[in-house]
Amino acid sequence: MKKVQLLDHAVLILGALFMLVPVTLAFMTSTHDAMSVYKDGLQMTWGGHFTDTYKTVLTEASGFTKSVTGLTMLYNSMILGFGFAIGKIVISMLAAYAIVYFRFRFGVFFFWVIFTTLLLPLEVRILPSYEIVQGLGMMNSYSGLIIPLIASATGTFYFRQFFKSVPDELVEAARIDGAGPVKFFIDILVPLSKTMIAAIFIIMFVYGWNQYLWPTLITTDETFFTLVRGMKQILAVWVGAQIPETNQAMALAVLAMLPPVVIVVIFQSWFVKGLVESEK
Amino acid sequence: MASITLNTVRKIYAGNVEAVKGISIDIEDGEFIVLVGPSGCGKSTLLRMVAGLEDISSGEILIGDRLVNKVEPADRDIAMVFQNYALYPHMSVYNNLAYGLKNRGIAKSEIDQRVRKAAEILEIGEYLDRKPRQLSGGQRQRVAMGRAIVREPSAFLFDEPLSNLDAKLRVQMRMEIKKLQRDLKTTSIYVTHDQLEAMTLADRLVVLNKGQVEQIGSPMEVYEKPASTFVASFIGSPAMNLIPMKKTALGWEPEQGDGVNFDIRSDASEFIVGLRPEDLEILGDGAPLGAGLAAKVVVTGVEPVGAESYIHGTLGEGGQEVILRAAGKQHYDIGQVLSIAAKQEKIHLFNRQTGKREEEISALQPA
Amino acid sequence: MKRVQYSNPILPYALLLPQLAIVAVFFLWPAVEAVRASFYLEDPFGFGSTFVGLENFKDTLTNSQYARTARFTLIFTVLVAFFSLSIALLLAVKADKVIRGAGSYRTLLMWVYAIAPPVAGLLGVMLFDQHIGPLTELARSLGWNLQVGVTPFDTAFVMVITAVWKQIPVNFIFFLSGLQSVPKSVQEAAAIDCRSGTRRFWTVTFPLLAPTGFFLLIINITYALFDTFGIVDLVVKGEPGNNPITLVYKVFVDGFRGNDLGGSSAQSVILMVLVFLLTVFQFRMIERRVHYN
Repeated sequence: MKKVQLLDHAVLILGALFMLVPVTLAFMTSTHDAMSVYKDGLQMTWGGHFTDTYKTVLTEASGFTKSVTGLTMLYNSMILGFGFAIGKIVISMLAAYAIVYFRFRFGVFFFWVIFTTLLLPLEVRILPSYEIVQGLGMMNSYSGLIIPLIASATGTFYFRQFFKSVPDELVEAARIDGAGPVKFFIDILVPLSKTMIAAIFIIMFVYGWNQYLWPTLITTDETFFTLVRGMKQILAVWVGAQIPETNQAMALAVLAMLPPVVIVVIFQSWFVKGLVESEK
Repeated sequence: MASITLNTVRKIYAGNVEAVKGISIDIEDGEFIVLVGPSGCGKSTLLRMVAGLEDISSGEILIGDRLVNKVEPADRDIAMVFQNYALYPHMSVYNNLAYGLKNRGIAKSEIDQRVRKAAEILEIGEYLDRKPRQLSGGQRQRVAMGRAIVREPSAFLFDEPLSNLDAKLRVQMRMEIKKLQRDLKTTSIYVTHDQLEAMTLADRLVVLNKGQVEQIGSPMEVYEKPASTFVASFIGSPAMNLIPMKKTALGWEPEQGDGVNFDIRSDASEFIVGLRPEDLEILGDGAPLGAGLAAKVVVTGVEPVGAESYIHGTLGEGGQEVILRAAGKQHYDIGQVLSIAAKQEKIHLFNRQTGKREEEISALQPA
Repeated sequence: MKRVQYSNPILPYALLLPQLAIVAVFFLWPAVEAVRASFYLEDPFGFGSTFVGLENFKDTLTNSQYARTARFTLIFTVLVAFFSLSIALLLAVKADKVIRGAGSYRTLLMWVYAIAPPVAGLLGVMLFDQHIGPLTELARSLGWNLQVGVTPFDTAFVMVITAVWKQIPVNFIFFLSGLQSVPKSVQEAAAIDCRSGTRRFWTVTFPLLAPTGFFLLIINITYALFDTFGIVDLVVKGEPGNNPITLVYKVFVDGFRGNDLGGSSAQSVILMVLVFLLTVFQFRMIERRVHYN
């Protein structure tokens, strides 16, 4: 029995290391200076240049990107993450509420219209989407960045599933208590959905933060770059450099993963519950 | 307080399923009416139509003198207690009680006074700040009752409110509901599938089957004079023995089995004879068969349940099964033959075709 | 939906309006536009377009480069799905078994979920870099001169390993929750009926996990087809050249770099059909899963 447990732990530790080592390398390398990385390769130990490197990438508009600091990119990423998550939650909760709690003409038809968006990811309609956003003059704007991403109905479906699982008697009791549709939504349904909202917020924040293809197309002005969007620029400059500032590249990569990773780790149980439940 | 009148109320669902087939009931002010029947008999649908949670396909519902067919649930001046309580999980007990009053625009001080009074009546005063999930099943049940009381409605509607409780609590809450209703004198409609609950609570019972009324009457009327074989088998536990019998050249014989001594002066050639288990007397070995109906029963099993025993047997070897009830602990051997008898006035007769009660009991002749 | 519903002449439409507007403008319109464009040949200088029927599709499907990309995408998808599913299953089974440190293992194995594919791609590029990558060094010591971006096989290798690394957490989360939802009584019954733990896994636990597995298979295929865009883009350093790329990446390259609108749209439509089939299949699976429970 004991030996078996030991083997289990060995496998799990190996798996954990597989996940952990690349990121640790990235972080440790970012604490070295460019020259030592150039000479000795990626580092697994503390290099002592943590403050230098991060101060440079956060505040200086030099090196990888010419007109934007790491701080600006961090800010843009935050806008995208929060904007997307909040926008999606608000819009999809309202839509799901209408679909589940109202009887109205074309209700089923609208439901199917929204449903079809699950069939085609953004990637397969990327070119016309780009042209339309361009035509609407939404290039290099936060709205152009965020709103088209909300088109997919995943959130609406999560909330629809959740609302369906709310006991029927609750709305019946509320009606007898004299609560109309608006009152029921605000007084009862929203407070009831708190955990669900939190879980979906985490999933959507990570999703928004991690967007790459869409920001790549929509933001050509560097002041709108997100950290994730900036990855390729970083790489391009890095590849072309005499003595590449690998430490700074890694520092930006660490910044790009830090907020979503922290959120997912801290709110792990909500996140896992949301992910698993919502896919049912 | 108000009377409630149902006038040929019908509910037809999509696909032409008729769940409620033209039911008329007059409920008096302050009366406690219990709708009882098996699942799918339409009792909940009927209640929900009174509440306004289901549309009425045809017919009329009046609360007091007001026709409420098109009135919103909140405006019908009723309160409802749900099977799963339907408490708002995120609100404190206090707010659960107060919510309906707030929506009605009642003054804060008035709300507070009513909530505290209801809490006192139901002994939930100390839980007012708790959330429903911090309460036991019985306490939640009280909160659900409280939510109905504070409204001071003209009618209470109960939809199987006790079926989520364990047996002991159910008995206790049953008594409390009855007492509460007697004190408040609020007209009540109570839906249940539990005949015992129905018997103990009701001023009048409405026995429903397949969307139709089988019988309306006081519990004892329904018990003593069931209007049909359905009512006879539904009310009372163990259920009434129903024995199909037919007239042969040799006299009246049970369809399955033999050894029954019974006669009746009637033109009919068949009946269903109904006998309550407690009305069948065990005469002891060799005693003569008495008047009314007499039979020989072969014992197939004995269930002692403490205060009484249920004796299972058949009319003759392999015949129709019957149950007898005997006081105290009794011992009988399997295969033993018992002589039993029922008094003339304890015999129920039902029409074989329609299942309806025959009132011609005077036509019975001593055996 | 609900036994009791509200009815209101305006409110439900008002509630749906934001979602419907976004869907119409940013989903339906582009989707229709993609289909329409696939039947037209766009003039490269912007002087209108001509209807060419199925010409774009014919060109695409007979193009040898497209065929090569499709073949690579298939291999890539199979490898990514296979390795990320099997490694995640192994880890989930072990994590479900251990008692000590179960929570820590869960955290350690799932957090990579939060990392964006292009960031993962950047890490992959760095780890396998010619000069500073420790893994290139390791390969060299084993006699393998690993050159990402030069040798197609090596490029593909890094793409697959990065994509697998990024996908293990999702699979792990679902497998673990699937394992934890196997009723304890069933496991106990199996323990009484069958001595061998391995046999018990394959005959009892694994079949019960099958619905989760099917569902994840679809998720993984979709992931390998679409969500690996960032990884591919970073690993090829934005220069496809002779490097292996996936079908989605080719849509992007042909549409935005090659300005072949018709061809790119035709490729989009082909992918749409593929995704559509996958999704329909997935919903069938989910329905089945409901019946299991």
